[in-house]
Amino acid sequence: MAMPHAQSSGMGGIRTAGDLVARMQFAKNMHINEAKEHVAKTLDLTPLDLSDEEVMREKRQDLDIGVVTGLPGAPRGIAAKMNIEKLLGLKINSCEHFRQQLREAY
Amino acid sequence: MPEILTRMGDGRRVSMAREQILEDIQAGMADAADAAGVPSLSEDEMEKIADIVSEKGKNVAVEPGEEVILTNDGGQIKITMDNGGSGVGIDMGRLEAILLHERAFAHDTFELAWTDYSLKAIKPIIANEMQAMEYMNSLTIVPLLYGAMPNMGLYYAPDGPYGNPTDLMREFKIDFAMEQAEAAANHLARDIKYVTTLLDSAGCEGYNFDTTASAGDVEFVGTLMGVEAYRKACPHAYIAVGMAAENVLGIHGSIEYNGKIVAGMFPHDQVKIVAEAGANNFGAVVNTNTSKSFAWNVARSATMIKECVKQSEIPVHADLGMGVGGVPMCEVPPTDCVTRAGKILIEIANIDGI
Repeated sequence: MAMPHAQSSGMGGIRTAGDLVARMQFAKNMHINEAKEHVAKTLDLTPLDLSDEEVMREKRQDLDIGVVTGLPGAPRGIAAKMNIEKLLGLKINSCEHFRQQLREAY
Repeated sequence: MPEILTRMGDGRRVSMAREQILEDIQAGMADAADAAGVPSLSEDEMEKIADIVSEKGKNVAVEPGEEVILTNDGGQIKITMDNGGSGVGIDMGRLEAILLHERAFAHDTFELAWTDYSLKAIKPIIANEMQAMEYMNSLTIVPLLYGAMPNMGLYYAPDGPYGNPTDLMREFKIDFAMEQAEAAANHLARDIKYVTTLLDSAGCEGYNFDTTASAGDVEFVGTLMGVEAYRKACPHAYIAVGMAAENVLGIHGSIEYNGKIVAGMFPHDQVKIVAEAGANNFGAVVNTNTSKSFAWNVARSATMIKECVKQSEIPVHADLGMGVGGVPMCEVPPTDCVTRAGKILIEIANIDGI
């Protein structure tokens, strides 16, 4: 049942900028339009671009924040999330935990 | 006048004229306004709902730019579990099922879940879940929460240490029933703090309290006390609280949270105390009536949830799964109604997510 919602009403996850808008909702309690405007401004795009796969695929690759297709050498997982932290100016708990596990500060 | 193919609340196909659909929309809207004490929809909004219900295509979609964020309940269980209900029973690891949702199914957020989707069941396996969370977090990109229901029914006899209030009330032990319910709520709040803070220490980004208040008002208060403790200990956590029903059942009847009696609360009041407790996200529920049409149900849902969104300081995600939000109550909900319910709730109720 989640699939029809994703197809008809969802932002598209890491195909587009769905994960970034979701992070602003959770981290800053932003409603949907405010979260979209914030992310669009940060990425130098329009809110309409955020759910456009053609725009966001290239943007995500340029910013090293993870792409949906298998791209050798592209950051994914925790590496992509650490780049998302910097991009959105947020602390992400999974990244904080990862940093704490390292023997040196990065 | 051509007949429009639509459905009843139990999923059965029916044909209706547009006038009948509009009549049902008006009746569903009026029922919501009366039950929850919320404003009516305008004539234009009801016409818009009728237009979406009557669209000829099998599925419908929002206009580009109007998309919303998707959150989830049950996490990867929907792939791996075979329970005759919502799982499809494909035997695969939890990591693979989560990555499928992120990289193939276009989910904006996701959650890790245990097969028994109840908080109490997580306590004995918490070390396992902490390790799983660390592992999943190293490979996923979308916000990844942990999810499990408060499910306070498991704290009552015969499954738990407290007397079952419904049994005690049948024996006219009313005061004792209320005492036992309050003790169970305090136990639940302690367990929430235990599970959530340990998960947080393993890098968990947040927690989804799904199907909250399934055991009524006392469970709602126990969950809110737990959320409050979780927020205090973990200011950075992503906290979602989704409800079990549109109206909080008064098992106790007079229990309060922050000076407010919670029994009988509808979504626009529920969301305020959920935000006060420290949640970031509210899952609003409106129950589907199986003997009424989809048009009646979705109009009723849009009326209640519109006011909830209007009064909310935190993002509201409408619960649009089986038997809620206007979606028919049947084991395989038809995609024509699922997509229409999403579009109507986005365009009429202004929801922040699904």
